[in-house]
Amino acid sequence: MSDTLPLSILNNRRLEKWLRFDPDRTLRLAVGKVEIGQGVLTALTQIAAEELDVGIDRITILSGDTAEAPDEGSTSSSQSIEVSGRSVRLVSAELRQRVVGRLAQRLNCSPSDITVEDGSFLLEAQPTGHDYWSFVSDADYAADISGSAEPKSPSLYRVVGQPVPRKDLIAKVSGAAFIHDIVRPDMLHARVLRQPSRGAALAAFDEAAVRRAARGDFQVVRVGNFVAFVGPDETVVQRAAVSALGHTRWEGVRVLTPAQQEAAWFVGQPSDDRLIGDAAPASSSHEVVSATYSRPYVAHAAMAPSCGLAEFQDGHMSVWSHTQGVYPLRNSIAEILGLTKDQVTVRHAHGAGCYGHNGADDAAMDAAVIAKELPGHCIRVQWRREEEFGFEPVSTAHRTMIRAELDASGRPVDWTTEVWAGSHVQRPIYGGLFLAQEALPNPPPPARPGDPPEANGGGGTRNGTPLYDFAAKRIVHHLALSTPVRTSSLRGLGALPNVFAMECFMDELAERSGMDPVAYRLSLLSDPRARYLIENVAARCGWASRGPAGTGRGLGLAWSRYKNRAAYACVAVELEVDQEVRLRRVWCAADAGLVINPDGAKNQVEGGIIHAASMTLKEQVTLDGAGITSLDWASYPIMTFSEVPDIATEIVHAPDQPTLGMGECTFGPTAAAIGNAVAHALGVRVRDMPLTRERIAEVLARG
Amino acid sequence: MGIELSVNGRIVSTGADPSTPLLDVLRNHLDLRGSRYGCGLEQCGSCMVLIDGKAEYSCAREVGSVTGRSVTTIEGLTVDGRPHPLQVAFLQEQAGQCGYCLSGILISAKALLDQNSSPSRADIVAALDVHLCRCGAHPRILRAVEKAAAMIREGASS
Repeated sequence: MSDTLPLSILNNRRLEKWLRFDPDRTLRLAVGKVEIGQGVLTALTQIAAEELDVGIDRITILSGDTAEAPDEGSTSSSQSIEVSGRSVRLVSAELRQRVVGRLAQRLNCSPSDITVEDGSFLLEAQPTGHDYWSFVSDADYAADISGSAEPKSPSLYRVVGQPVPRKDLIAKVSGAAFIHDIVRPDMLHARVLRQPSRGAALAAFDEAAVRRAARGDFQVVRVGNFVAFVGPDETVVQRAAVSALGHTRWEGVRVLTPAQQEAAWFVGQPSDDRLIGDAAPASSSHEVVSATYSRPYVAHAAMAPSCGLAEFQDGHMSVWSHTQGVYPLRNSIAEILGLTKDQVTVRHAHGAGCYGHNGADDAAMDAAVIAKELPGHCIRVQWRREEEFGFEPVSTAHRTMIRAELDASGRPVDWTTEVWAGSHVQRPIYGGLFLAQEALPNPPPPARPGDPPEANGGGGTRNGTPLYDFAAKRIVHHLALSTPVRTSSLRGLGALPNVFAMECFMDELAERSGMDPVAYRLSLLSDPRARYLIENVAARCGWASRGPAGTGRGLGLAWSRYKNRAAYACVAVELEVDQEVRLRRVWCAADAGLVINPDGAKNQVEGGIIHAASMTLKEQVTLDGAGITSLDWASYPIMTFSEVPDIATEIVHAPDQPTLGMGECTFGPTAAAIGNAVAHALGVRVRDMPLTRERIAEVLARG
Repeated sequence: MGIELSVNGRIVSTGADPSTPLLDVLRNHLDLRGSRYGCGLEQCGSCMVLIDGKAEYSCAREVGSVTGRSVTTIEGLTVDGRPHPLQVAFLQEQAGQCGYCLSGILISAKALLDQNSSPSRADIVAALDVHLCRCGAHPRILRAVEKAAAMIREGASS
């Protein structure tokens, strides 16, 4: 069995790592995945409640804690329900089977005669006087999980599949709820003076001027080119940090140009190149068409600038972070600060939605570096808004060229997706460096950039292989060896730019051959789940009565299966283009197999649509001088209440199918549906995101 | 001694420098941490509080400018342990994902409903348009405000 166990169980075999029945008739579930606003803890609680038949209100959940919770790596890539959910199901089913089996022996009955009602065991519907709290033994907790217990049949589900509300939202509409709100004894506030770029050296610092501006007590912690202002009054250290920007001189700062902010800059840059898929055709007698699409650098733009807390007491470093991976962060902190792993504990605390690798880990590292210098205090590092925009890792610019050879009917017989992009994932576990680490003396050399392997869905290549029935297909990937700014993972990695390119190109091919885009897709697609979604959305959006192109009003549709193996989604968008694009209505259908919490799933699907629409229409990180120049919400606008369309979502009911990660499934289809709807509205294709007034005017001017 | 103001119906005095941002005073001096720092630039709405009933940014507002005035924070929406209909409605609609934007949004929604218990969808959008939400919970948030308005009209205490 063990070779089929999820990684989370293989790395955390003992039952006690996951489940513990406490004397107050509660059950503590411990997991390694963390809440980042996606409702995962509620869904995991539902799974445990279901398999154990314990009331959901009796379950408390501990997540992301290197002292007490299992190591499940990072919370990313829509893997939480697929991997952690499957693990919690297997662990819970196994504990139930062990305990019920033992009770059946004692009562001289068959295990199937015993039922469980809110944690108490019944025999033929009568109380046995036993329950989990009295019956689970130390031997159960110490047992290795074999994965041999058969989970419940989905037809018996009473809790899974229900829209159970999230408990964590109560605090979030009432008061303190986030890492930012934690208060510790002997807490000192800190702000960091960021090294403008790797290798830059602090040449001059007018401390007296900063002290005059700060108007209060603080100390300067300096290690190499890492500088922080630390004191009891947050307002004072904030003033110090802002003032210091004008009272320091750095040498060896990089110089960027605006040309580097466009994806086209990657063409001709040094890269690691590879081909995935069918060999390229030697020559062809077919008609060949191609088009190039792009997305610029984009920011996570979390609502809350990052925050980290650390205290170094009696040789032990305790850290609080809104990181996506407490264990990887613990390992990095230990290594960088010269501690053993046992000397470091990292605990997750809620932050704002991150959508990938933002400043969270860096802020925690900042706090740990300062705490090591100031033992006995809790150091609270709060990043400034400009710091989050200026220094968080951004998602790489990404250029996708599609080349297709067409048969006589205008359908592709050979398809090439060619991608130029920087790395889509440079988390520290993949060799990425922390900002503080680069500022400390003797920073390690930068690692050669990589991307997730294809087995994990790829990075720049994500969703780059079409699922249409083409005779031959391949991806050519040019992974740039350097990027002007640090890049790392953001929701969907390469899926959004690749699906944008491919699904826009499908519309362009359909148009060339005089076919309706939906009919054209269906003529090349045999996957029944995908076909169902496209037909569903086309019917609901009134596709059949779609008007002519070029009227200023557009309807566009696109679909994808995230990572080519997670959840499916199809999205149609109705919009108007005057000078700007105004979204009117969105229709979506998604298929994620067995859905644990349908309301949570809908929230993810619709949130993904709005996030993707914002990115497609508005977002671009701008570069100039020393670095990023889009440093606030005015220069990095995102979608607002008045711009958000009506959204109608249907989640396919497929309880007999395995659960598929869905947090990112609407991302690519939304971008492409907007691209197609804008083309329908204008009668002209805009291939470079964001589809702003300026870009549209540029394309219209070109004719 | 110091600056006096009313916060959530209670007169408080702070020794903070008058130029200290109101948000810092609320969070660090008065231990009311439900008002959130998002930008410090009056651009995102995470820090919104009521000042004499009007929704205002607190992140760049000097505390000296609210001397003698009445400030309500998210903590002030719950009275005698009873949540405001907006809080009830937001939980019923599960109107949020990460939730960081919500305390500010609830404040602006309260300012709106205090003036207009039958707002149109356009009124609500206009009242919330200064607020950013990165998770894309907007449709739920709009529904929740409509629901709260209906609850208030039907007699739930506000």
